[in-house]
Amino acid sequence: MRFRVNITRKEGLSDPEGVETARALADLGYDEVGEVHFGRIITLELSGHDAATATARITEMCERLLANPVIEDYTIEEIE
Amino acid sequence: MKTAVVVFPGSNCEHDVVYALGLLGADAELVWHRETDLSEFDGVVLPGGFAHGDYLRTGAIARFSPVMAEVERMAQASLPVLGICNGFQILCEAGLLPGALVANRDLRFVCRPVHVLVEHTDSLLTRAATPGQVLRIPLNSYEGNFIAPPDVLATVEAAGTVALRYCDAAGVVDESTNPNGSTNSIAGLSNAAGNVAGMMPHPERAIEDILGSSDGTVLLESYVATLEAGVPA
Repeated sequence: MRFRVNITRKEGLSDPEGVETARALADLGYDEVGEVHFGRIITLELSGHDAATATARITEMCERLLANPVIEDYTIEEIE
Repeated sequence: MKTAVVVFPGSNCEHDVVYALGLLGADAELVWHRETDLSEFDGVVLPGGFAHGDYLRTGAIARFSPVMAEVERMAQASLPVLGICNGFQILCEAGLLPGALVANRDLRFVCRPVHVLVEHTDSLLTRAATPGQVLRIPLNSYEGNFIAPPDVLATVEAAGTVALRYCDAAGVVDESTNPNGSTNSIAGLSNAAGNVAGMMPHPERAIEDILGSSDGTVLLESYVATLEAGVPA
């Protein structure tokens, strides 16, 4: 099974890359763009678990290592 | 009294820290990050660098290095634990200090001397300093921007544990004197007990006039004084 973890900065916390990119998009004339937020995608290949157990294990991995729960949120999706 | 200075794969300031602490009369020894027994030491410094390549997030992998169980034990035992630059990032990742350090506001690596204002002086970092003192110390980081969720920040400010804030030569703290966008210009802080502290600028690079400044001395003297005082009874 393959899973994709999407990690993003918690809303309201400083995201300098997002701010700079929003500015650049505005300079290019994309006036419809408001806030821009960056994140990180991590793809994990797991074996030996059913989907529910795998998701629980990945949640634990996110809490302990993959994300920093102090400043980041994350979502987990099964991709195949 | 003896202090450990931890060497992670990718640390690069450990020799400077040992040299600086040695000048101040401390017995400082390098310890590899795989060490699992620091019982012969009375304090520990996590130096600057790029531990484990800064992969994933700065400090994220280092916080699980075997030595970190001992660093946590020492923090709980009220022994002095100091993180400088990357070491500060590791202590935040380990949850021994609040908040986190992320990319600088202007997305540029900042490598220049900055001024910091001494605020809280009841910590292992600032004990020998005077509130209101302005120090000139080199900053050398891309991820030096301190952030924390509003409730965490409110707790830190209410506890008054911010040891150092970025400022100018006159001690003015505002956005124009903030080199990296750190929230509330925070350059260094301690835990509530004052025995765990971290700072982004490098005091060990400002310990002799030939380096352009010896203002970092008072901070490392604070650490050495804390080490020599031992655990409060």
